[in-house]
Amino acid sequence: MIRNVIISSSFHLVVILIAAISLPFLAKTPIDLPPIISIELIQITDKTNIPFAPKAKKIIEKVKKKEKEKLVSKQAPPKIVKKEKPDAVPLPDKKNEKVQKLEKKKQNPKKIDQEVKQVSEFEKKELFDPDNIAALIDKSKEETAETTFKSNKVTQSQDKNIDVMGLSLSEEDALKAQLFGCWSIPLGLPYSENLLVRIKLKLKPDGSVIKYEVLDHARMNKPGQGFYKVLAESALRAIKLCQPLRVPSTGYERWKDLQLNFDARDMLEG
Amino acid sequence: MIFRYLLILIILFPIKAFSLIEVDITRGNLSPLPVAVSPLSVDSESKESFEKLLKKKDIGAEISLIVENNLVKSGLFNPLDKDAFLQNPNIAHLKPRFEDWALIKAQALITGEVTLVDEKLRVEFRLWDVLAGKEMIALAFTTVPTNWRRVGHIITDKVYERLTGEKGYFDTRIIYVAEEGPKTNRIKKLAIMDQDGFNNKYLTLGNELVLTPRFSPTNQMVTYLSYFKNLPRVYLLDIETGIQEVVGDFPGMTFAPRFSPDGKKIIMSFAMDGNSDIYTMDLENRVVERITNHPSIDTSPSYSPDGKYICFNSDRSGYQQIYVSKSNGSNVKRISFGKGLYGTPVWSPRGDLIAFTKLHKGKFYIGVMRTNGKGERLLTENFYQEAPSWSPNGRVLIFYRETKTDSQGKGFSAKLWSIDLTGYNERLVETKTDASDPSWSTLLSN
Repeated sequence: MIRNVIISSSFHLVVILIAAISLPFLAKTPIDLPPIISIELIQITDKTNIPFAPKAKKIIEKVKKKEKEKLVSKQAPPKIVKKEKPDAVPLPDKKNEKVQKLEKKKQNPKKIDQEVKQVSEFEKKELFDPDNIAALIDKSKEETAETTFKSNKVTQSQDKNIDVMGLSLSEEDALKAQLFGCWSIPLGLPYSENLLVRIKLKLKPDGSVIKYEVLDHARMNKPGQGFYKVLAESALRAIKLCQPLRVPSTGYERWKDLQLNFDARDMLEG
Repeated sequence: MIFRYLLILIILFPIKAFSLIEVDITRGNLSPLPVAVSPLSVDSESKESFEKLLKKKDIGAEISLIVENNLVKSGLFNPLDKDAFLQNPNIAHLKPRFEDWALIKAQALITGEVTLVDEKLRVEFRLWDVLAGKEMIALAFTTVPTNWRRVGHIITDKVYERLTGEKGYFDTRIIYVAEEGPKTNRIKKLAIMDQDGFNNKYLTLGNELVLTPRFSPTNQMVTYLSYFKNLPRVYLLDIETGIQEVVGDFPGMTFAPRFSPDGKKIIMSFAMDGNSDIYTMDLENRVVERITNHPSIDTSPSYSPDGKYICFNSDRSGYQQIYVSKSNGSNVKRISFGKGLYGTPVWSPRGDLIAFTKLHKGKFYIGVMRTNGKGERLLTENFYQEAPSWSPNGRVLIFYRETKTDSQGKGFSAKLWSIDLTGYNERLVETKTDASDPSWSTLLSN
């Protein structure tokens, strides 16, 4: 009896532990690639992570400015560094092109190493300037920010995770554009209220909906929340009207469960 | 035993974990919602009876036409062409074939049935969500047959409320000043009609000049300005009985009257010795109270829907501007700061906006601003237009617009217009004669 209880509880513990730590890292295979490729991908994540964009932009600008100053004052050629940073978000095709380009560059690894070296050596010099300790202290905050920023940078291996976990910018845009056209927003809603309807979908590989669920379903029948029911119904009509949804042709596993957040506030306030 | 546990563990062991993808939809389509208004079905026996009673061949089609017209005028719906309908009205009312209605791009469907029961009109209607394939609302009304137009308006109100989330404004009336004759010698009568221009009736004979009629929130009474012995006075008129009386025995001129939200008081301007201030009079005990006391001209008062505040226009700053104060006259604050002159402020029944007339560089505008004066939006511009009045749901404004006369003094006209808060849905409100000073009633069927 006691033995069984011990075995059962230990297995329960194992299951809880597995659930607690979550497991995507187990499927991940770390790839060793030159750091320059990860810089290319930073631009994409910065653009896709819209909520972080204002903060990230400031930090990027600060870093760029700093790098520029450093590079201008010393011998490092800033132009080459610039060339490697895309101005706009690369589309998937462009992205491939860039990866190809970078792969070409890999054939000449010495050159890249030199550039990286120049910058890092300069950084080292500045960090260990014994005549300017006060400046070093003042910069501590900036450095922390940069470190945070660097930690936010997505490496090639992490990027693979994003591919596994989310939709690309163009895939998301295609889906949004389709739903924008289908959603007739009820214009009489009180814009001072919370007008967010979250709908969880289970999709077929062709984008048609198997199952839908309004996440705040209880709110629909609350007194004084009649407008929410109207809004939720309009969102459901939009989904039905748009079927099949414009989903990517590949990677069904990552988007078979999808959550759509319909938010009418911007439209009604504007 | 352990082997068995291990097997269960392996089965439960997730190979990959995916986080749920979230997509934010923050924009939508503001084009009118496609709605199919199927003619209400009538059995042949009832049809004959209605034809005798109301002189209407197909009462079901007539009622559905009212609904259709109301929906079009709202600017939010696009009723589809009846010729495209595939299903018979009486079958559609029982069990719609949603695929057929979806085929013609309808997102909502209105069906119904009209019968004559004990000499009374019985209308049953249903609103269907075509895409979800379910019934959204089903109601039945019984009334005297002559009320058939109102039934159409009530159905529209219910449909509008169910699909937009706010109350409708179709089962309402508009009181206005009907004008006839040349501009220099106009005959002005008080008139009342349904919001769609039907059932027009005159309330006064046109012997005296009448201006600024305003509905009471109870709908039984109207207050307006009329001239008695060449002196403008505020009057009260009971629409049902036709009895009218002067409001208060003021020693000077009273004008710009309006009811309080509970219908128990009238707020108005009283002018004496070149000074105009705002007063209220309790209709039960006739007690008069002075609200503003300033050497400038304070006029056009209007209550907030909760009755706690009033807005009015005053030239105390040197130019006519809009002010807000507590309903007892304390805590006066100027809220309009734009260029030009502001007048006729009216508080929205929703309480969120104040509508006004603005004169700037020789042009008149009808606009709205928030109650703190921010977010001013001019909805329409013209040579001469004024006197906005809110629909009971606070979404549409009705006002009047005059046209220029030519060099020979001809071509003058005054018409009622409506505009919604988007500023795009501007429509002429049909009246038999020229019309001015409109006032929108509250919903008749509350």
